[in-house]
Amino acid sequence: MQTIPNTHTPEPVAHFHRSRFDAWSFLFTGVTGACTYLIIAILLLILGNIVLNGYSHFSWRFLTGGADRGMYDPETAGVLPMIVGTASRIILMTIFVIPVGVITALYMTEYAHSTSLGIRIIRGAVANLAGVPSIVFGLFGWGFFLNFIGTHMDQLLHPEAAKAVWGKPALIWASLTLAVMTLPVVIVATEEALKSIPHGLREASLALGATKLQTVLRIVLPQAMPGILTGGILAISRAAGEVAPILFTGAVSFYPDLPKALTDPFMDLGYHVFILSTQSPNIEQTRPLLYATVMALLLLTFLLNVMAILVRAQMRRKLRALQ
Amino acid sequence: MSDTPTARMADDLVSSSVAPQTQEIIHINDLSLYYGAARALVDISLKIRENVVTAFIGPSGCGKSTLLRCLNRMNDLIDNVRIDGSCEIGGHNIYGSEVDVIELRKRVGMVFQKSNPFPKSIYENIAFALRLHGMTKKSDLDATVERSLRQAALWEEVKDRLHSSGLGLSGGQQQRLCIARAVAIQPEILLMDEPASALDPLATAKIEELVLDLKKDYTIVIVTHNMQQAARVSDYTAFFYLGKLVEFNTTRKVFTNPSHKQTEDYVTGRFG
Repeated sequence: MQTIPNTHTPEPVAHFHRSRFDAWSFLFTGVTGACTYLIIAILLLILGNIVLNGYSHFSWRFLTGGADRGMYDPETAGVLPMIVGTASRIILMTIFVIPVGVITALYMTEYAHSTSLGIRIIRGAVANLAGVPSIVFGLFGWGFFLNFIGTHMDQLLHPEAAKAVWGKPALIWASLTLAVMTLPVVIVATEEALKSIPHGLREASLALGATKLQTVLRIVLPQAMPGILTGGILAISRAAGEVAPILFTGAVSFYPDLPKALTDPFMDLGYHVFILSTQSPNIEQTRPLLYATVMALLLLTFLLNVMAILVRAQMRRKLRALQ
Repeated sequence: MSDTPTARMADDLVSSSVAPQTQEIIHINDLSLYYGAARALVDISLKIRENVVTAFIGPSGCGKSTLLRCLNRMNDLIDNVRIDGSCEIGGHNIYGSEVDVIELRKRVGMVFQKSNPFPKSIYENIAFALRLHGMTKKSDLDATVERSLRQAALWEEVKDRLHSSGLGLSGGQQQRLCIARAVAIQPEILLMDEPASALDPLATAKIEELVLDLKKDYTIVIVTHNMQQAARVSDYTAFFYLGKLVEFNTTRKVFTNPSHKQTEDYVTGRFG
């Protein structure tokens, strides 16, 4: 290699001083920054608007009161039935969607050939399912769960009953409809979690004479748990505020009791906001009530998410202790 | 011959001057392996003796690891693999239709190139397979965990922290933990796929010592990139090139007086 003669004398440092103002850089930095802070501004506006308009009616009595003594009257209305209804449908949905989503993802990553036609079709179906508008899920749930399955269950189980037991809006159908809607979220999150587990762990287990099932249950799944819970958290967030899928499948504008059975209809916070804003005899008077109800919905979603996040943090801690 | 450079190196390195003539336990007959249309192994025939160390050497991509993974059917996990010919272990064709792969893998253990302890405690890493295969009594598990760790020369280093994570160990210790895990279920054959290639010289020396020690109880087949390692630890050596078995003989013969020019070039470091 040729040696480079050391004849280069460094320029004075002053040469590097910025000599002219770079307007484009300045502008671009400003625009990107402004857009970022805009997000925070929008969020604060939304929350501020809700809290400012709603806090005057947001009380313990409001949270624990029923709707049976005039649900449009700010002095007596409570949202306990809606809180219980919304929480029940979300928790039930989670119970339905996690096992099905996880098993689907397990099949796709651990069992099927990743390039097979079947898997490509499933992947396409998952992507498309994620893009279907939620009202379509509502119609599907009404047609399939309520009218088809529900009605047939009534024919089989209660042929003598005068009134429909299963073939009417019910907590279980709303939860199942939401589960179908959030299935893609759980599948994709679980798949990502499974893919990130080193292949060597599976090989090590199989080489020790473990069956595929033992490997999946004892080595792969425990590692994937935090990722699966992330899927659950995303599903909860998506489902909590959705009204369209439960419109025809379970939510009703008024039901005197708290939902006690899977076949009960229920009142729902999101749906209740819609009812308050369209069915009230005095819109001006109910408006604060409407905002307070939205506050309750946000708070419930927040609490459910926090619970899931805490469980996930606990699992991560356990896994990390082993790393 | 003993004044050629090859022979001098071998004299320094080759561990046993006489390769033991034990029973042949693995019979590979005309075995070919295809990844889709590509033929990765070409008509391999090889007999491996029990309680000796057999080294598979050859340049990258020569098929030595692929052949090793045929012996416990780890290649089954890869899509589009086809195998022709037969591989008999203890007289049974392991590719026969009646073979229980689980049982085969219990009898043919494996240690991988990259140490892969489970994200579990040291104790649970070893107890995992024991439990799978039906050992439930705590005292049995304790005893077997200790025995395995002693066999892998790891007991003294970890006996006070059996319940801390296996991933907290050093690279060499992790690999010895993997060896302990493999020997815990008492296989007859131990396959080692470049077990020391990611380790520093000291950790490598420990693994090699361990290999020499373990051959009393196990038939060991070791794949290695490291010629000196093959010479130090093995009794027999098979040299592969481009999917073919070029030469198979006692390690002394392969390193001092190879029959093929290719082998001599490779073991003397002229290519590969």
